[in-house]
Amino acid sequence: MLQVDDVTKVFRTGLFGSGSQTAVSGVSFDVRAGEVVSLIGESGSGKTTVGRMILRLTTATAGTISFGGEDVAGYSRRDLRRYYARVQGVFQDPFSSYNPVFKVDRVLGMLRSNYLPGLSDQEWKRTLRSSLEAVSLEPSDVLGKYPHQLSGGQLQRLMVARALLLEIELLVADEIISMLDASTRIDVLNLLGDLKGRGLGILFITHDLSLGNYISDRTLILRRGRVVELGPTPKVFGDPRHSYTRALLSCVPQLHRKWSDEAGGVATGNGGPPAASANGGGLVAVDDDHFVAPEDEA
Amino acid sequence: MSLAVDNLRVYYRTLRGDVRALDGATFTVRDGEIMGVAGESGCGKTTLGKSLIRLDGRMRVAEGTVTLDGVELPIADDRAMDTYRFRHVSIVPQYAMSALNPIRRIGRMISELLSSRGVSYEETLPELRRRLALVGLEDEVLERYPIELSGGMKQRVVMVLSTLMNPSLLIADELTSALDVSTQKAVAEMLVEFRDRGFVKSTIVITHDLSILYQVADTILVMYAGKLVEKGSAAEITEDPRHPYTKLLIASLPEVGVRFEERRLTGIAGRPPSLLRPPTGCRFRARCPLATEECAEEPPFVEIAPGRYAACWKAAA
Repeated sequence: MLQVDDVTKVFRTGLFGSGSQTAVSGVSFDVRAGEVVSLIGESGSGKTTVGRMILRLTTATAGTISFGGEDVAGYSRRDLRRYYARVQGVFQDPFSSYNPVFKVDRVLGMLRSNYLPGLSDQEWKRTLRSSLEAVSLEPSDVLGKYPHQLSGGQLQRLMVARALLLEIELLVADEIISMLDASTRIDVLNLLGDLKGRGLGILFITHDLSLGNYISDRTLILRRGRVVELGPTPKVFGDPRHSYTRALLSCVPQLHRKWSDEAGGVATGNGGPPAASANGGGLVAVDDDHFVAPEDEA
Repeated sequence: MSLAVDNLRVYYRTLRGDVRALDGATFTVRDGEIMGVAGESGCGKTTLGKSLIRLDGRMRVAEGTVTLDGVELPIADDRAMDTYRFRHVSIVPQYAMSALNPIRRIGRMISELLSSRGVSYEETLPELRRRLALVGLEDEVLERYPIELSGGMKQRVVMVLSTLMNPSLLIADELTSALDVSTQKAVAEMLVEFRDRGFVKSTIVITHDLSILYQVADTILVMYAGKLVEKGSAAEITEDPRHPYTKLLIASLPEVGVRFEERRLTGIAGRPPSLLRPPTGCRFRARCPLATEECAEEPPFVEIAPGRYAACWKAAA
């Protein structure tokens, strides 16, 4: 459904763009209908940039992103509107995703006037009710309220409900539960799991390995803009082949296993800029559908 | 006994009345103990940390005492408290990443801070260098501006700086929350290292992340809606939680290995009560699956087993 093919993003930095910073380098993967792919990386790994490129909030420097066989880069304004009716994004901070002086109804109504102008009031109400139900929100709890009257979990579920008003096929979820409390974040995660069951493809961008492991079918580990490991989630987590993936996993704080129980530690991987693309970042297949980047010579 | 907090109530003044952010906290922290404070946003954990060192303008102490090494701290008196700050009580604030003065080199900033306390920078320098080396920073950082350091490096600088005077009590508020997992581990382990080396006597680590506390804390205190809910050793709290809130909270944490398809976790329905007009009785009552009429009366925070405290009528069973 979504095909990301050898995508690179270089940001110009400095005065008059004299410097450059490669944020994403030669990344390829796909998201199929009805699957959750998690994109895991530390800060500066380029994971958000990948999400933004898919949503056409920024353009790729090289490589192609295609959705349903069409290259996203060539979209005109009108094409983009069609595209956004099928692909939507939800971002990290639910509190700043809303206009604080608009009631929730108005936020949702704006989507209606933009994307669903032909809908009758009756149909709109029905769509609204069913998408709120899908995220287990009681309409009377949220409609007619201002954002500040709702909790973070409610707001974030409402963001997902807003995306579901359209018949989307792909949801780009960038750190959508990082700001939520532990007791409510799991509800949003389960919601993603349920949506997947209805055929929605989800790109779940996160820095949190345990959340990625819980929800996703396939996992992609990103480091300094490059794919380090890609494969089915149980394989990447159960049998990590790249030393970086193993290092990350050993650092995850867990409730019933202490760090000190692990043999050996890892140096803190404070990432510098991405290494120059020498051998094109070729991934090696180690198993069915399980790919690993060659270890860097260090 | 290093720190003793007795029935501490700290309220925020607002136009609509007092918000009871911390409503009756009684606990002790032993010498050399690392106590973790866990809870969700708005449970009062940051208020608790702040009230032990510096109240902000909207906060007022409604009741209670704080005793450190046998001396009662004048927590309500900002000026009198100043003699204790940095030397006896120190904090790594939640905003540690932006706590460094952006227009001063690190070394100059530290020297200004020390001279404001009447301590000589030159005399402290060898120890400062030794401690920076201990956390993996080179002397050269003293010549750098904060903007030139990464988040993890800044966090470590603040950590070294806060503990330079070997305070009796260190409060670390969300120390690792903004860091990547690999840096997070290194910084969290510093807390243990600093305690082991005697740079600080007791530490209070405030975080929303229970799994970090399991790694570094000796004891864990769980808070909910301004109240203490449960306290016990880190292993007891995580392996055998007694309060229904702690149980549900731990059950909602996905761990590496737990997958949606195999085992579906559940959250806690509902949301915490407003602290402007908190409900009577147990504050978790509305969300608690075990709640009965008995819970309309507030359960006291009592010792249910040696070193084990809980505020729940059902906890003893």
